[in-house]
Amino acid sequence: MSEQVEHLIKKEYAAGFHTILDSETLPPGLNEDVIRFISAKKNEPEWLLEWRLKAYHAWLEMDEPEWAHVKYDDIDFQAVSYYSAPKSMDEKPKSLDEVDPELLRTYEKLGIPLHEQAALAGVAMDVVFDSVSVVTTFREKLLEVGVIFCSISEAVHKYPDLVKKYIGSVVPQKDNYYAALNCAVFSDGSFVYIPKGVRCPMELSTYFRINEQNTGQFERTLIIADEGSHVSYLEGCTAPMRDENQLHAAVVELIALDNAEIKYSTVQNWYPGNEEGKGGIYNFVTKRGVCHTNAKISWTQVETGSAVTWKYPSCILRGDNSVGEFYSVALTNNYQQADTGTKMIHIGKNTRSTIISKGISAGKSSNAYRGLVRINPGAEGARNYTQCDSLLIGDKCGAHTFPYIESKNPSAVIEHEATTSKVSEDQMFLCQQRGLDAEKAVSMIVNGFCREVFKELPMEFAVEAGKLLEVSLEGSVG
Amino acid sequence: MFGLLLLTKTKTIEFTVLENYRTKKFMLRITDLFARVEEKEIIKGLNLTVKPGEVHAIMGPNGAGKSTLGNVLSGREGYEVTGGSVDFNGKDLFELEIEERAREGLFLAFQYPVEIPGVSNMEFLKASVDAKRKHHGQSELSAVEFMKLARETSKRVNLDQAFLKRGVNEGFSGGEKKRNEIMQMMLLEPSLCILDETDSGLDIDALQVVANGVNAMRSPERSFIVVTHYQRLLDYIVPDYVHVLANGRIVKTGGKELALELEEKGYAWLENEAV
Repeated sequence: MSEQVEHLIKKEYAAGFHTILDSETLPPGLNEDVIRFISAKKNEPEWLLEWRLKAYHAWLEMDEPEWAHVKYDDIDFQAVSYYSAPKSMDEKPKSLDEVDPELLRTYEKLGIPLHEQAALAGVAMDVVFDSVSVVTTFREKLLEVGVIFCSISEAVHKYPDLVKKYIGSVVPQKDNYYAALNCAVFSDGSFVYIPKGVRCPMELSTYFRINEQNTGQFERTLIIADEGSHVSYLEGCTAPMRDENQLHAAVVELIALDNAEIKYSTVQNWYPGNEEGKGGIYNFVTKRGVCHTNAKISWTQVETGSAVTWKYPSCILRGDNSVGEFYSVALTNNYQQADTGTKMIHIGKNTRSTIISKGISAGKSSNAYRGLVRINPGAEGARNYTQCDSLLIGDKCGAHTFPYIESKNPSAVIEHEATTSKVSEDQMFLCQQRGLDAEKAVSMIVNGFCREVFKELPMEFAVEAGKLLEVSLEGSVG
Repeated sequence: MFGLLLLTKTKTIEFTVLENYRTKKFMLRITDLFARVEEKEIIKGLNLTVKPGEVHAIMGPNGAGKSTLGNVLSGREGYEVTGGSVDFNGKDLFELEIEERAREGLFLAFQYPVEIPGVSNMEFLKASVDAKRKHHGQSELSAVEFMKLARETSKRVNLDQAFLKRGVNEGFSGGEKKRNEIMQMMLLEPSLCILDETDSGLDIDALQVVANGVNAMRSPERSFIVVTHYQRLLDYIVPDYVHVLANGRIVKTGGKELALELEEKGYAWLENEAV
């Protein structure tokens, strides 16, 4: 496109610093001993170790998926360290006063104050640093209404029945290559339980940070919304800038029991690599939720980071009248690649799903939407609406759409709309002729394009997401 | 006159004051301008001087370079200046970026205003006004201040307030788009407004609203260049000068009566002079 846009000032990835801490990091490599080490480190019960090992053996037999529209060098899984934790975390601190001040400073720098007084009003936060959960705020306050919000490691000990019942119930160990890997080596993540009929009084949030070199992060999140309950959860993530690629393979499972509602929002800002495509996070994530009768799960994601994103937050609409939603903004710039979308599996009667996907490609990046809408034979009266829009900035990037529709019930109504557009010179010229600089013009046009998705985010984060988009686009537009 | 710039500072200022007094200072001076679009020479030696408070109409046959002039002056990409100079309020216009020209007070009302889906008109207008205010060392307006201003202005152009919340020009009718342009003009208070065939595609009611808006903005400090193919618009916006642009140059200049003459005789008799 325009020349003047091409040499906009490049801004650095703001979260790209590294904190120097005394850490305990396993040497690279993966074998049974590593899994035993992780399990022992967390003092896990025998059943969980067995569960991990079973997954590990399954993983050994599996092949890396190659169907995604992404290209990257083979990953050497033996070159990754599967556990790293600050030494100060050996004994989990009981309160913030016991947390290493250097760690607290890290989060301050990221704009995330952990002290409850200073924290974002109405947001409780679990903070995961490399392989461990550092702190979870507002726990007592949440417990007053029976809401459990803690790290998954802690939940294994404190709420073993819930964990045992639900872990792997939505994403089985052998679901896919990366999920199996996660099952074998997952280190920490968040656990949420909302009791019957309770509307969670705060936003729950987890902030993931990869810090150490050559380590992968394999977090596991489990959210259970009991009958008639309601919860809104948000996750954010960043990592330092490094020349080599780092692996992030998470599994998220959501269970919405009868009449429950889970709203899950993600603002993903992992380090995307530099302008030449060097470094960045490989983000291979499995996210899935199951909806029982009259339940609703809504996924909203803003994906601006990572070198490669492979992610399909999905809904299994098992119960009658259940509802699944997927709202996505995926932005790729420079050499970033994203293959992301959703799966809506309609099983129950009168189940409904909505998919709104906005892909933005800039620089030399590649952005693909991949979505499956499946209507099972028993899903009488199922409905789906899909809208899939791509926006291209410049002429060296790519946008692709891979929609899969499988309907086995003649009463189903499925709609699919797709558009591809470019940030036009006319739009840019109008903005600039009214006094806006090129950078502001592009970010305004792109934000407008994403508006339908941003309005689904919790208020505080919608603003953040807009800003993040602006930063991610800087220097990109060509 | 340019030789005098070499005199001492004091003398130059004295001279400027004198010059202003005698002839009124010019706001825009286009000198021997040449410009091309995609290798094709469109403007070929154009001269034009616009003083503060004046309204200049530029008429001419299709393909004469009328729209090119507005695009060249506002700095649109793809319009290459190959010769000549433009002085705008004492600055070399071609040294300024598109947005700087806008902030310095140059406004182009579009023939076909483009839509920007999802970006609310209000957000867009506020960002524009703030960009200009910042450029002139003023603080940004608060949301409340701006809302008040925008509401008042939308009334002046008969645009329902609901349009402030809608996407920029998104689903607007032709007339609504043009009224939106005039609203932007009113909010930005430019010193030089270029109206690029604003009358095209407008019914008589919309035309009157647009013309009333322009007339309400006429002032001794503000100038207009009204580019139009038809005389009709000039019944409502009465110009001080009418220029005929043909073959990339101004071939005839007259008062408002020239427009009527053109209406009657067409352009052909002048085009011959242009060659």
